[in-house]
Amino acid sequence: MNPPARALIAEDEPLLAAGLQADLRALWPELDITAMVGDGERAVAQALALKPEICFLDIRMPGMTGLEAAQALAEDWPDDGPPLPLFVFVTAYDQYALQAFEAQAVDYLVKPADRPRLAAAVTRLKRRLADRGTGTEALQATLGQLRALLGPGATAAPAAEAPRLEVIQAQVGNLVHLVPVDEVIYFEAADKYLRVLTADKEHLIRLALKDLLPQLDPKRFWQIHRSTVVQARCIKEARRDESGKVYLSLRERPETLVASRLYANLFRGM
Amino acid sequence: VTIAAVTPIAVAAPPPAAGSALEAAWRRLRARAPRTVGFVLALCLVIAVFLTVMEGKGLAPHLVYSFTTGACCWLLVDGTRLVLAALTDAWRRSRGQPLDAAGFASGWRGVIPSVLVAVVFGPPLGMTIADAITGNQSPSLLQFGSASTRLTFAVTVIASITSVLVLSTMERLASARAQAATAQRQAAESQLKLLQSQLEPHMLFNTLANLRVLIGLDPERAQAMLDRLIAYLRSTLAASRAESHALAAEFERIDDYLALMGIRMGPRLAITLDLPAELRRVPVPPLLLQPLVENSIQHGLEPKVDGGRIEVSARRAGSRLVLAVRDSGVGLQAPGRPGTGFGLTQVRERLATVYGGAAALVLNEAAGGGTLAEIEIPLPENTR
Repeated sequence: MNPPARALIAEDEPLLAAGLQADLRALWPELDITAMVGDGERAVAQALALKPEICFLDIRMPGMTGLEAAQALAEDWPDDGPPLPLFVFVTAYDQYALQAFEAQAVDYLVKPADRPRLAAAVTRLKRRLADRGTGTEALQATLGQLRALLGPGATAAPAAEAPRLEVIQAQVGNLVHLVPVDEVIYFEAADKYLRVLTADKEHLIRLALKDLLPQLDPKRFWQIHRSTVVQARCIKEARRDESGKVYLSLRERPETLVASRLYANLFRGM
Repeated sequence: VTIAAVTPIAVAAPPPAAGSALEAAWRRLRARAPRTVGFVLALCLVIAVFLTVMEGKGLAPHLVYSFTTGACCWLLVDGTRLVLAALTDAWRRSRGQPLDAAGFASGWRGVIPSVLVAVVFGPPLGMTIADAITGNQSPSLLQFGSASTRLTFAVTVIASITSVLVLSTMERLASARAQAATAQRQAAESQLKLLQSQLEPHMLFNTLANLRVLIGLDPERAQAMLDRLIAYLRSTLAASRAESHALAAEFERIDDYLALMGIRMGPRLAITLDLPAELRRVPVPPLLLQPLVENSIQHGLEPKVDGGRIEVSARRAGSRLVLAVRDSGVGLQAPGRPGTGFGLTQVRERLATVYGGAAALVLNEAAGGGTLAEIEIPLPENTR
């Protein structure tokens, strides 16, 4: 007999969080709802601290979306702990997200979820918890789903092709440095800023990585972590450790970069 | 001689480049072909009857002559316009200029040379063809002394000019009608877009989800929320029809919307509405403030983890009314999900439609963080 499953609910609208909690209590009394949070960052922090088996993640939340929270959890989940939680995405109406969930066979709920639909989701979760075991197969399947969901345009309206960025303009006081994109070795998200690293310089720009990505050529610039994008030709070698993480050494910079398990599939021998 | 030999259709045979002057001319020609044929036939009939009365002889030969001459003139008019359009394209291509639908000879500049060509070459060509059909031998048009030649020439000139005048007027009327239809369609589309943005499905379903929970927890509050939702939906649907309502009604609708948002966002949303009593009856376009309030919620406060405050206020500034929507949200410079700009565009368009250049919408960073959107409109005379 397994110990009762534990769940985290991340939902920014308090009534909806309370409603989901009440419905789950009625349908699945043994489920232990260990945490209710109202934004993505707290969802990640609480999930990492409490290690629940299931996370209900609202898609539109302040700070960080439910998908971004799932990505952060997949990247930061410890290797030696319990398996990655099962994710159930919750949304009111996101046409493109729903299509993507459907295509990837990801668990999702549409608000307002009626009792029969929630009951079906509960049955499915119980079955998946029972036969999930310890294999890496389940993890790989989840990672594959997340990769597809996080891919460009997967869950967003098909935007017009953004123009490619040629030169980065980094401002320091009254001075603007012009950095050709081709000279950038890697970009790293740092709080509200983006670090732009060339062979001999570092600049800070005020831009979110997710806003920069559509302006970069995906063949030349590879996302290797939710906060890192590296120019492929600047990578010297990639070394994989037993947990699935990949360590990259660079041609013109001393740092070692880490590719998360979500993006480790980029580095395989030809 | 056969008609096919002078048919100008051959000019248009090579597929015209997209958006070229030739393509536009060809499109115009085809669009009005039925009306042109009808008009030319009627005119020819009138001329044949007129000549029969003037000169005697039978109606049949006059019909043959007037139809062949009329057909030749018409083909020459339109043929010349196609040739001019093709020349325009060729000239632009040789200079590497972009092709454009408007040729050199569009409008009246194209009518004059094509009428000249038709008047000079139409009658001899038409009469040669008619001679071949009837077996007669008409006197040459160059023998200008004969009365019959002068009459034919005068009739041709008058008929050509009349037909060009009438046909180009019809053309202009048709294009004016097409423009009016396009404008109407655009207006309908923008109204539909406005309605779609106000009945945004995400907002609607989230509100319904909240309502569903509230029914179980607090039926009384649920009922109040439902009343707000009904008022909001009703006013949204009515706003696309009414031209103006009182500022007090505008604030009530904003209050409905914000109350719904307040239930959804809970303690993350604080609301202040400030409408001085003296301004309550000022007429404003319905739901003018709605897009600004929605922007404040969606782009200012919802993305902020701790939420914040939204203030909607009205004040008088001399002879002008200032409506302000201020939020303490993430501000205009925040990275992340940018809007489509549809809301602001829509407010600006409505202001321009109702007040011309006399109204303004200004968007600024609010002092102390967040965003401040201000609309300034002239106060009506009787409320100043």
